[in-house]
Amino acid sequence: MKRRTTSRMRIATLSTVLAVALVGCGTTDSGDSGGDAAAGDSAEAGSFTPPDIPMKEELGDGEGELSILAWPYYAEDGSNDPNADWVTPFEKETGCQTDIKVFSTSDEAFNLMKTGAYDVVSASGDASLRLIASGEVAPVNTDLIDNYTDVYDFLKDRDWNSVNGQSYGVPHGYGANLLMWRTDEVKPAPTSWSSVFEADSPYQGKVTAYDSPIYIADAALYLMNTKPELGIENPYALDEDQLAAAVEVLKTQRQNVGEYWGDFLKHIQSFTTGNSVIGTTWQANVNALDADKVPVEAILPDEGSTGWSDTWMVSSKSEHTNCAYLWLNHIISPEGNAAVAEYFGESPANAKSCDLTADKNFCETYHAGDASYADKIWYWTTPIETCLDGRTDVKCTDYGDWTQAWTEVKG
Amino acid sequence: MSLSGVLHRRPGFRLGLLLTPPMLWLGVAYLGALAALFITSLWGQNSFTGQVERTWTLDNFRTLLTEGVYRTITLRTIGVAALVTVVDAVLAIPIALFMAKVASRRWQPVLVVAVLTPLWASYLVKAYAWRGMLSENGLVSWLGAPFGLSSPGYGLPAVVLTLAYLWLPFMILPIFAGLERLPDSLLEASADLGATAQQTLRSVVLPMVFPALVAGSLFTFSLSLGDYITVRIVGGASQMLGTVVYDNVGVANNLPFAAAMATVPVVIMLVYLALVRRTGALDNL
Repeated sequence: MKRRTTSRMRIATLSTVLAVALVGCGTTDSGDSGGDAAAGDSAEAGSFTPPDIPMKEELGDGEGELSILAWPYYAEDGSNDPNADWVTPFEKETGCQTDIKVFSTSDEAFNLMKTGAYDVVSASGDASLRLIASGEVAPVNTDLIDNYTDVYDFLKDRDWNSVNGQSYGVPHGYGANLLMWRTDEVKPAPTSWSSVFEADSPYQGKVTAYDSPIYIADAALYLMNTKPELGIENPYALDEDQLAAAVEVLKTQRQNVGEYWGDFLKHIQSFTTGNSVIGTTWQANVNALDADKVPVEAILPDEGSTGWSDTWMVSSKSEHTNCAYLWLNHIISPEGNAAVAEYFGESPANAKSCDLTADKNFCETYHAGDASYADKIWYWTTPIETCLDGRTDVKCTDYGDWTQAWTEVKG
Repeated sequence: MSLSGVLHRRPGFRLGLLLTPPMLWLGVAYLGALAALFITSLWGQNSFTGQVERTWTLDNFRTLLTEGVYRTITLRTIGVAALVTVVDAVLAIPIALFMAKVASRRWQPVLVVAVLTPLWASYLVKAYAWRGMLSENGLVSWLGAPFGLSSPGYGLPAVVLTLAYLWLPFMILPIFAGLERLPDSLLEASADLGATAQQTLRSVVLPMVFPALVAGSLFTFSLSLGDYITVRIVGGASQMLGTVVYDNVGVANNLPFAAAMATVPVVIMLVYLALVRRTGALDNL
């Protein structure tokens, strides 16, 4: 009996403590909830108008400091690999001492930028619009960046780096998601994405796909070509019906998928062992497999593909804007851009960097500057409620919807 | 008045000083974190900017309950956790029995160390080792080839296998401890009264080690319930509760929904603990 009473008392005490904690949270937090909600509404209301943030008008002397937030291999100072160093020359030239932080996903980058502790960031298309809309990055005055004129024109003023004609950063490099297969297992050689999306695949259990909601765009691209009646104009602008159709395609594909890949090392291993024999990949992975003598081939199918094009952006809270602009200029300089593109394995953005790569065939391998190749690429863009293809009569599905849909696809 | 004087004269103060840090740790780090988790799950999120909106809403739980996919994932996770527990129990009982009752005094510590050695290696290394072994032309298919068997490949069977391997020591040790407490005289008495080895095992040993078995199952079940790394490494395309939480934190940046999802294993564990409590096993730990 005594035991009972004590345990009951314990529970009572515990729940009181919890209740107090709950009430405490409720009152303090409801105070600033008003502000947050209001900010959210303005971002959602009507068409996409970025917050009004002043653009830099003239370039001064460097502040001596720069905090860089970058994808892996995008800002190397020789500490990981003595042969990869394009940060030290920048520091010597400009006097801006850098502090480099590496992130591993677009969402991590987005969260870190919200802290305001970084001056510049290398943003992929699935993060850039969110950064612009939430006012984390400032418009970029490209007149202040000398090397901007040498950047391929087809990379400038695009959906993922500019809003209403205003640039928010400089293009850094780009690449396409390719269709790769094991030549010893997959016969005849595939020519189109239908070989990974069709229902009765002979490679059941050995198909692979990229593990991210953004892969829904690949299915949408496939539908663009096979089911024109759905009226998909841009794989990143899907209304509810179009998203549902893409999800159907992916659910059919799910039956054949052995493994989704997010980690490129795991992906390379799966192709080496033969657990995956066909699926989507990056050029850098193909090169790694070639180096290991794994019999693979990869193409950019005629119907096109999705891909990425990264942009260096400047934080709206930056106190080192001169150094930031100097960095933007450096990273798209012929030398800097050649070094980073070759080290990472993607096409450079600056036309002149092709003369400076260590491998003289590099730009050819990566189809740098080939506008017709680049035209076949639908670069990653954050899906938002305002349709990116210009439709105004419907609401498009946003990244949150895509994430839910992706969970549903995987089941 | 010196500090030691105060401490000496006031035993209550002394006790308070001694207990405050651990109680704070328990209260703030454990219960506080759980409370924060629960509160976050009642918030919303701006779908575009990803900012957490601190307005009370039950939307996350509504999605959780109405979307069929989350029910499937929850049931799948419980199934995997239960299967891992059963596999571990079946493997652990004979091993623990041998360690406690058959092996000589001299060998016992050696065996305990042997059971613990896998814990010295990193969890990740072991999971990746299984990935290598289960691959298309890996060790498992090579071993199975003469018998016409092939590797199960990456998927739920691989997850169960890997998790069962990873958590086995957590099942063996409590059962071993339970068996150690079982007096040999009971086994002798059972034999003297004419019971066969099987009867002794069923009516003497098993009831006595049941609480230890339950203690072990608490580890294997709860560890499997929340795992997401193994699933990502050997799970192929399968999703479990842990991966959904991970995806919502890492990919979707939807913390409130991730928090709502994370309350599911907490609720499952509370139910499990309540059931265990009813059996009285907790009192004997």
